[in-house]
Amino acid sequence: MFTVGFVVNPVAGLGGSAGLKGSDGTDVQREALARGARPRAGERAAQAVRTLLARRPGVRIATVPGPMGVEGAHELVRPPAPHHPEPGRIAGGVGLTTAEDTRAAVAALADVDLLLFAGGDGTARDVLDAVQELGEAAPPVLGIPAGVKVYSGCFAISPATAGFVAADFDGTTAEAEVVDLDEELYRRGEVSPRLYGSLRVPAARAALSGRKAGSSATAEGTVEGIAREVVATMRPGIRYVLGPGATTLAVGRELGLATTLLGVDVVERGGSGFGGVGGVVVGADVSEPELFELVRGERSALVLSVIGGQGFVLGRGNQQVSPRVLDAVRAGGGELIVLATQQKLATLNGRPLLADTGDEETDSKLSGHARVITGYRESTIYRICPASEEFQI
Amino acid sequence: MSGHGESFAELPVAPKPPLRRFHQARWDEPIIFELSRPGRRGIAVPQAEGPGVELPASVRREHAPKLPEMSQLHVLRHYLRLSQENLGFDLNIDVGQGTCTMKYSPKVNDLFAKATNPLHPHQHEDTVQGVLEIYWRMERMLAEISGMSRVSLQPGSGSAAIYANIAMIRAYHNANGGEHRDQVITTMFSHPSNAACAKTAGYEVITLMPDAEGLPDIEALKAAIGPRTAALMITNPEDTGVFNSRIKEFVDLVHSVGGLACYDQANANGILGITRARDVGFDLCHFNLHKTFSTPHSCGGPAAGACGVAPALEPFLPEPTVDRVEFDGNERFVLKYPEKSVGKIRPFLGVTPNVVRAYAWIMSLGAEGLRQVAETAVLNNNYLMHKILQIPGASVPWNSRHVEQARYSWQQLSEETGVHSEEIGTRAADFGVHYWTSHHPYLVPEPFTLEPTESYAKEDLDEYAAILAHVADEARRDPEFVKGAPYNQTIHKIDMTSLDDPKQWAPTWRAYVRKHLSGQG
Amino acid sequence: MTHPYIPNTEPGVRAEMLAAVGARSVEEFYADIPAELRLNRPLDLPAPLVAEQDLVRHMEGLFAKNVAGLSFLGHGSYAHYVPAVCDEVNSRSEFLTAYAGEPYEDHGRFQALFEYVSMMGELLEMDVVNVPTYDGYQASGTAIRMACRYTGRPKVLLSGAIAAEKLSKLRDFLSHDIEMVFAPVAANGEIGEVEIDDTFGAIYLETPNVYGVVETRGKELADLAHANGALLVVSADPISLGVLAPPAAYGADIACGDIQPLGMHPGYGGGHAGYIATQDHEPLVAEFPSRLFGIAPTKVPGEYGFGDVYYDRTSFAHREEGKEWVGTAAALWGITAGVYLALMGPEGMKELGETVLSRTRYAMDALGRHVTVRHRDAVHFREFAIEVPSSGALLDGLRDKGIFGGVALDDRTVLVCVTECHSTDDIDRLAAAVKEVLGA
Repeated sequence: MFTVGFVVNPVAGLGGSAGLKGSDGTDVQREALARGARPRAGERAAQAVRTLLARRPGVRIATVPGPMGVEGAHELVRPPAPHHPEPGRIAGGVGLTTAEDTRAAVAALADVDLLLFAGGDGTARDVLDAVQELGEAAPPVLGIPAGVKVYSGCFAISPATAGFVAADFDGTTAEAEVVDLDEELYRRGEVSPRLYGSLRVPAARAALSGRKAGSSATAEGTVEGIAREVVATMRPGIRYVLGPGATTLAVGRELGLATTLLGVDVVERGGSGFGGVGGVVVGADVSEPELFELVRGERSALVLSVIGGQGFVLGRGNQQVSPRVLDAVRAGGGELIVLATQQKLATLNGRPLLADTGDEETDSKLSGHARVITGYRESTIYRICPASEEFQI
Repeated sequence: MSGHGESFAELPVAPKPPLRRFHQARWDEPIIFELSRPGRRGIAVPQAEGPGVELPASVRREHAPKLPEMSQLHVLRHYLRLSQENLGFDLNIDVGQGTCTMKYSPKVNDLFAKATNPLHPHQHEDTVQGVLEIYWRMERMLAEISGMSRVSLQPGSGSAAIYANIAMIRAYHNANGGEHRDQVITTMFSHPSNAACAKTAGYEVITLMPDAEGLPDIEALKAAIGPRTAALMITNPEDTGVFNSRIKEFVDLVHSVGGLACYDQANANGILGITRARDVGFDLCHFNLHKTFSTPHSCGGPAAGACGVAPALEPFLPEPTVDRVEFDGNERFVLKYPEKSVGKIRPFLGVTPNVVRAYAWIMSLGAEGLRQVAETAVLNNNYLMHKILQIPGASVPWNSRHVEQARYSWQQLSEETGVHSEEIGTRAADFGVHYWTSHHPYLVPEPFTLEPTESYAKEDLDEYAAILAHVADEARRDPEFVKGAPYNQTIHKIDMTSLDDPKQWAPTWRAYVRKHLSGQG
Repeated sequence: MTHPYIPNTEPGVRAEMLAAVGARSVEEFYADIPAELRLNRPLDLPAPLVAEQDLVRHMEGLFAKNVAGLSFLGHGSYAHYVPAVCDEVNSRSEFLTAYAGEPYEDHGRFQALFEYVSMMGELLEMDVVNVPTYDGYQASGTAIRMACRYTGRPKVLLSGAIAAEKLSKLRDFLSHDIEMVFAPVAANGEIGEVEIDDTFGAIYLETPNVYGVVETRGKELADLAHANGALLVVSADPISLGVLAPPAAYGADIACGDIQPLGMHPGYGGGHAGYIATQDHEPLVAEFPSRLFGIAPTKVPGEYGFGDVYYDRTSFAHREEGKEWVGTAAALWGITAGVYLALMGPEGMKELGETVLSRTRYAMDALGRHVTVRHRDAVHFREFAIEVPSSGALLDGLRDKGIFGGVALDDRTVLVCVTECHSTDDIDRLAAAVKEVLGA
């Protein structure tokens, strides 16, 4: 029987209404409650479950006792007999939760076909940790957006959509990135997303409608297409600095190299030829000093993808690319190549890409328009500006 | 006491309900092969009088093709039933297929199209002076409408016209020392065929994204242009229905680096007689005769396109052109072959039946009529937009003015109900209308695009808006019901999953029989 | 006057709508168009013929300038008989004026096109056939591109017996990134001796070719192509396939061509539509840039639904490379060709082929008494070339007698076309006229 697991972070979103820009940590949660905040995650989760049950009546719902399960889900779900200490009670009191509670809940539900979790980016990170601990045994997951910060790709666009996607899930999955902001900085007005990894989520089947007979079936630019374009324009003898992210990982794959998802790698392409150009990893998952040594006095170029929903290309998750590294790359005649699908740029709604290297002069030097590769033989020119200009504090 | 029995209804007949109680024909028709019975014939063929020709084994067909065997009535009836299961423009309020400019194709023009049936494209010029004159006159009229000096009517569609324009752009640069120009710039809300055709022709494509106001970012254009720029290919108004008022700056910028500016006029319907391609400085442009100039869409073609060019591009026009010459005080129309022509874009002169239809359409309207077309299309659009925006959950992104169409969003409704735009469209069709979302990528979430051309009456627009309002309301009250649509159409909800599975897909009947009926998998 | 095509020009309704929107005039909607880009004068167009009868009179006047004759013209456009049912179906408003609805309210279009591709599949003995592309030129160009993408080799060997106009299109469409090498034409009118190596992606053959000659060495060319890892692409006229072997029978990998002969009038070049077909081999199917329709089940047992097969064809091929556009092409002609094939059935197609073969032979014999008929020993279908002292003089002389005698391939070669529509009397009349003109 198709079983959907179900975890609610009951305090997700608590900080938002209280103006706290996040709900990580029990102190913040208490503060939010003190300011009169009302939890809303349970409500939003219930909405997703209602949709799921309406669309796929026979589905079995598995959850955990306590505020992360039965209480969060209201009257809709009756859990199996308790077989686990109640996560969420650990922190005591009114159902405040810790990251540990989330991880415990996920671990308890490892054998489901799909795990729905209601929360925000912080919850997604905790789920990611749990999934990584479980390894191969981990189920695919899907986020119900209920937090203050929802920038990760593993969330459905609304609770109802999460319910529909879960109901229609046929086992086909795709990777979605988990990003999060440092809330401490965020509360100070600094938006600082970081890429934490990726989760297996249901592959939303492309809508079957909208296939206009007369018109161009222009395939959207794919991550693979972007990688092929990058590799096609790479020249031997130049060191390419690949930032973190799934798109830059695909560039490594196109070169036949095992580069890292979260780290900064330096590669060179091999000679020309058919059947794959090949290449070498000059440095894998390098630190800032290592990177600086690798590009200093060399011809090099930067290949970076867009991190998170705000459009950061520099200064988030790739702090290794420091001002002096940028200077060294520039001195070597190197260009900045940004990678993003058109769909990803579309989510910026016309807002610029952002650079925040920590050095205002460096940022303003980057200010202007950057070439963004969106597919094979496809690119756009997109505005990039210092983050400090975009987020006036 | 009447001879009709007990009365069960009263006069007067009650007023119509607010929404039409539509149900489409549902014939439950088999696949044509299932109607076959060996030995039947739909039409007889004249028999060979003389001895038959013996074919060598290498070219002789061994097995007769397994075509259906049916009598004539049964072929006719099958296809007439299928036709009733198709919703043509003439039967519905076809404002929902935005960007397609669905407008009335006058019936009288079909008569003129049929008059071209017997004309063979290799007939000597002297025997086709009438049809050549129509080509020439049509060219002059489109030249006036666009401001261009010459127009080719050869391309078979709008996209083929875009391709022809790219071919001319390439030929122009090659003839002017610009072989190195290998980039074409377009915009996100230009028709995607601009990017696709440029790629087919071997160009690298740079697409300008919309800025926060929804218009292409001119600063990005400044950064994009350079010695590699071959051309800007741009639609205006874009597919959102918004007119880019800085278009002249775009054109001038591209000219400043030696690039050409090419205008996709697929959305010309709202600006006929208002503004012209050449007056903005464009070097090339194209029209879709099946959009702006009323030729029927024919289930997806045959269509027709037209390419307009400035004098500098004339030597590269597709061949042949139709020229008018005078001698002894008589006019005569002749075929000419431009010196540096890009060659043939399609067979012969063009899709003649549609060129004839479009010519007759312009002749029935004249200058004043075309301006009325434009102004009415724009009025209709703004009126419909006013009605649609009163529906809770519907919005139009970017608070801008719209010309002849608008791209809307159901984002709010969708987030609240989980019902997607295409599902709303399927349900709307239960009331006898079409609906289309938009091209990828979905910059506008949960999009739908409405283009109410000049053909519709106010009552039509009111009815269409009422249908969408009703469906949006249904989505709130019972999303599952909307998602289960259709209910009043030809068939019930289709399970499309097998269509992407090579083991199951059946792109022909023989593939279907092999995979699903013969038990051989 | 309110124009009959524009209901909302009526002043009352116009005012009502403007009031609803809150605009004083339509000029407000055009505020984004700068003054310097405006056309501040009426377009200079002929005075309109708003009354339908005036328009009819004008159009009839133009059409009266065309002249009819007994025609033996072919060379890419063919006057085969068009059954009345074909015109009846494609004139139906429901088909003629529809565009691109969903597979529910436009179920009829999907089924009619599915049936068209299915009947073509039977004729071609292939499992995958596209919804029509523009014309045979485009079909050939795309089929060659498909083969080159599939093999990853941008080089093709083409038969030299191709119409010059078609070659012009192929050059424009292919030559910027595909190398085109041409095979010689043998004395018998067929493709000459050819060699390829493993740099070739395809061999491209036409049958019947530009001279009306049926190519007989298809199998040999298929073997040659396959031995070198290339594909054989064959452009075949579908109307000949009631009697001639379909390309798949001798090993072709892709078949293509124009379906104009299957129920479309010449229409001065307006009746064209292209087909492309392959076997059900997934990597090759992935190379189709055009739409493919397939059967899908619905909620109700016994009910056929349709949809796009393999819509996102990206998994095998890198479609970004040499990607092609898909435009509004020629769907209505696909529906019509389906009607034609259903009317004809297997027997009709066979008999038609036999009649055309026989009358072509009859015409070659009849004209052969007065002029040199080229490639006389080859198998001809529908067309053959004759050698004459002056193509222009012969055709002018025949035209004076009300006969369109053929298409000049060059100054001394004329291509003559005979279909089932020509009686032996018509052919005798042509032969007599040729004799007369040449003798004069």
